[in-house]
Amino acid sequence: MTLITTRRSFVAGSAAMAGGLMLGRSARAQEALKVGFVYVGPVGDYGWTHGHDVARKAVDAKFGDQVKTTFVENVAEGPDAERVIRQLATSGHGLVFTTSFGFMQPTAKVAKQFPKVKFEHATGYMTAPNLAVYNARFYEGRAVCGAIAGHVTKKGVVGYIGSFPIPEVVMGINAFTLAAQKIRPDIQVKVVWANSWYDPGKEGDAAKALIDQGADIICQHTDSPAPLQVAQERGVHGFGQASDMKTYAPEAQLTAILDVWSNYYVERVQAVIDGSWQSHSVWYGFKEGMVALADYGPAVTDEAKKDAEATREGIIAGTLHPFTGPIKNQKGEEAVAAGATLPDDKLQAMDWYVQGVQA
Amino acid sequence: MSLRIEPRTEQSRTLLYLTPLLAVALTVVCGFFIFLFMGYDPQASLYHFFVSPLLTLYGLSELAVKAGPLIMIAVGLALGFRAGIWNIGAEGQLTMGAIAGGGVALLFWEQQGAWILPLMALAGILGGMAYAAIPAFLKTKFDVNEILTSLMLTYVATLFLSILVYGPWRDPAGFNFPQSRMFSEWELLPIILEGTRLHLGFPIAVLIAIAAWVVLTKTVVGFELRVVGQAPQAAAYAGFHRNRVVWLCLLASGGLAGLAGLFEIAGPIGQLIPTLTPGYGFTAIIVAFLGRLHPIGIIFAGLMMALSYIGGENAQVEVGLPQAITGVFQGLLLFILLATDFLTRYRIRFTAPAREARPA
Amino acid sequence: MSLDAMVLILITVISAATPLLYAALGELVAERAGVLNLGVEGMMLAGAVTAFAVTVTTGSASLGIVAGAIAGAVLAFAFGVLTLSLLANQVATGLALTIFGIGLSALVGAGFVGIPVERLPRLAVPGVSDLPVLGPLLFGHDVLVYLGLLMTFGVAWFLKRTRGGMILRAVGESDVSAHSIGYDVIKVRYLAVLFGGLMAGLGGAFLSLSYTPMWVEEMTAGRGWIALALVVFASWRPWRVLLGAYLFGGVTILQLHAQGAGGLFGLPAQVLSMLPYLATILVLTIIAAGPWRGRLNAPASLGKPFRPAT
Repeated sequence: MTLITTRRSFVAGSAAMAGGLMLGRSARAQEALKVGFVYVGPVGDYGWTHGHDVARKAVDAKFGDQVKTTFVENVAEGPDAERVIRQLATSGHGLVFTTSFGFMQPTAKVAKQFPKVKFEHATGYMTAPNLAVYNARFYEGRAVCGAIAGHVTKKGVVGYIGSFPIPEVVMGINAFTLAAQKIRPDIQVKVVWANSWYDPGKEGDAAKALIDQGADIICQHTDSPAPLQVAQERGVHGFGQASDMKTYAPEAQLTAILDVWSNYYVERVQAVIDGSWQSHSVWYGFKEGMVALADYGPAVTDEAKKDAEATREGIIAGTLHPFTGPIKNQKGEEAVAAGATLPDDKLQAMDWYVQGVQA
Repeated sequence: MSLRIEPRTEQSRTLLYLTPLLAVALTVVCGFFIFLFMGYDPQASLYHFFVSPLLTLYGLSELAVKAGPLIMIAVGLALGFRAGIWNIGAEGQLTMGAIAGGGVALLFWEQQGAWILPLMALAGILGGMAYAAIPAFLKTKFDVNEILTSLMLTYVATLFLSILVYGPWRDPAGFNFPQSRMFSEWELLPIILEGTRLHLGFPIAVLIAIAAWVVLTKTVVGFELRVVGQAPQAAAYAGFHRNRVVWLCLLASGGLAGLAGLFEIAGPIGQLIPTLTPGYGFTAIIVAFLGRLHPIGIIFAGLMMALSYIGGENAQVEVGLPQAITGVFQGLLLFILLATDFLTRYRIRFTAPAREARPA
Repeated sequence: MSLDAMVLILITVISAATPLLYAALGELVAERAGVLNLGVEGMMLAGAVTAFAVTVTTGSASLGIVAGAIAGAVLAFAFGVLTLSLLANQVATGLALTIFGIGLSALVGAGFVGIPVERLPRLAVPGVSDLPVLGPLLFGHDVLVYLGLLMTFGVAWFLKRTRGGMILRAVGESDVSAHSIGYDVIKVRYLAVLFGGLMAGLGGAFLSLSYTPMWVEEMTAGRGWIALALVVFASWRPWRVLLGAYLFGGVTILQLHAQGAGGLFGLPAQVLSMLPYLATILVLTIIAAGPWRGRLNAPASLGKPFRPAT
């Protein structure tokens, strides 16, 4: 805690000396809740980190003087992460969001050392009394995309650009394929791994390769708008990732899966202010508003829209689960029995593909 | 009046110690105006960049945690750079060292015994050496430039690590996320300062630097390295074998990078993950030259470099500087440090044109 | 594989290789003059963001391209002042330049994320562009692709056939002798470094205006490093840079195609991603070991500071 005292005497000190009134105000300002964000990428990536930063700004806008947000960007998922998180904890932050899976162990370590600070880790599985976990059911959005793709595709070939084969991505590919198969049972999903979350050039090249191989729908689980841009240029269609990418591909974008972190962040910050914050592990979807869709693009037919809406509404109402059996794996063996659904824990550890996926 | 630059017959001792101070002063002035211009409180920004990380024991320990691998790798690289061997792929050798050492850790997981950690360290060194042996072999056998091979192999190493942690070495209890098991008790480096992350890596790095200094100044091998680098023809005349020096430098730098990688996973990380390092292997190249390829200088350069990163994070947290600004400032800081080095080697004289031509 | 499919692949390869070609050609000239500038990545980013920002604000892509090139050269000038005038270490200064360039480009580009820009127009020659195979292959590109090829020819011609090129090579081989014959070593090196920056800036401009017409932070994703490796691969010869860029780009694209076609011998996707790097090492080794081995050595004065004795 030495750090804070010193900081105050050095920095705030000179300002606070200005007058007695100021002292009073600065004392109240001390009560502002400091909320920290740790980002894995740069805020200007227009993808994952950008999405979290939009939500951070929403927190700023909502709470005004009550809250002060801080962020550290481009934090490597190794030894640096623990130091940054700890730094946020020691410098008076009451709530810290760490927004990448790779920050899980460091967040858990720091949470143990700072029981009074609340931590929120995105996409992991470790919890503690002061460490909550949150994630979004992006696969729900993928299912809607699948339904649209089933209608829009002419050739029945979808190109899917993956980053890395983690359960999150695998489950998205499967949800998409299953939903598309309901419309086009013969649909083929070709997966190409970029082995990177973020390399616009390579992502774009992967899209070109897939289109050259006959794909007329491009799906991506990487961060940049490059694949969609290629789709626009080549006259095929695709889906935006993380944010609405319509400006990059006005005709090509069918819809985009939006990461909406703002509601959750506002809710959790409010909970800390109210003193009602509790640790939890949540996996929110359409229903809670953490996953949303951008407006349908011009190429989405009325029929496709109808199926897309039915999928979305069914998921919200709980009458439709994207992973309802019968589901066969790539070898044609039954993986989920007819009528059964995959439970969340199986989904979160998914490492196999459904039939129709070529990966 | 004209400006003349003359080489000093020997490096100025006084200036050798004064230039860092001059560099700091220049950096402070530059930083002040950058931060002011960008609309941030310059005083607070500079304070959090350079001072606040040093005020707590924890802050100092973190400095050492970050500087440790940089120093260890840079010492190895400096040997090669002195001899004109350009190993740009320490990042890959670090990764391979971590893979080899991590493999040993996973093999003996939850076993007990003080022998496990030294075995991991040995595997780490050998892993890094083996990977550096590829450019060494290609260089000595086919005269393939080591800049290209070592750099390209770095990408290969990262992808190889990815295969392992996404596949066979994945933690069985880790929900199929790309990470190995957490190493068990006997596989982690002891913490030498309670309540911090300071592990054995830093003192070992410093010891290695000192050992390298002795080797360089007091042994024939050290002399050989220097001669091969500075006067290759004379070296050949003196019967020094270039190929031997190539092997020596690449194996030494590869082994040290591998050990640094092992210390990272057995220290602050505690498992194998897809992104082991924030570019230590590349940053160490700057550290080597900032330290003027001198092992003792490298210790200070490593600490300085670590401070510039930690200070950057600090300034983001405390003052809200975007990373972009901290990056620009870090770049400038390095420019200034490198530029002021000039003063230790050359003197600037103002001479009237009439009294020209005094031989230097 | 059908002819049309091959044409499509080739077109993709050409655009993937072009940024590498620019950056590597520029670095080649700097290195032939004896200066090793490891700041290519930083200069490319500066070029990318400036070209993008200027194109968006003025609406003129031509201005954008010119501005991108100038931005690269400005960074190169800073490098020159430090390494040539102040004799700072070239390797360390180059790496610092990359750190600086990444930060600076992010700073400048902050307001330009999420804004689209029209891709550079493709050359259209009435009648000829519609020819099968040759039409799209030869005439389906934008001006920067052709300029890149022209530059390869120009650099090769300059180095081999002109007096200026001879002086530049002399300076890179033996700065002391070049100086003693009366050439201004420092001036030649400044010009070579500036040319390197200009070309890296153009490579960046190609990225943000044509390859992936957008600005996002660190969009070069390591291409500056590959360009550096390609100069070595090319044994400091312009035409081999072209070969290297197409080889690297080609293997990158082919591995993506192999993945899309269902993989290769069941190898993990990561192994396929390794191929461009391994192929580059392999080909260089074959060149080095083969009977046709040429002079593979770096310019003799590469990386060494020079200060004229008075």
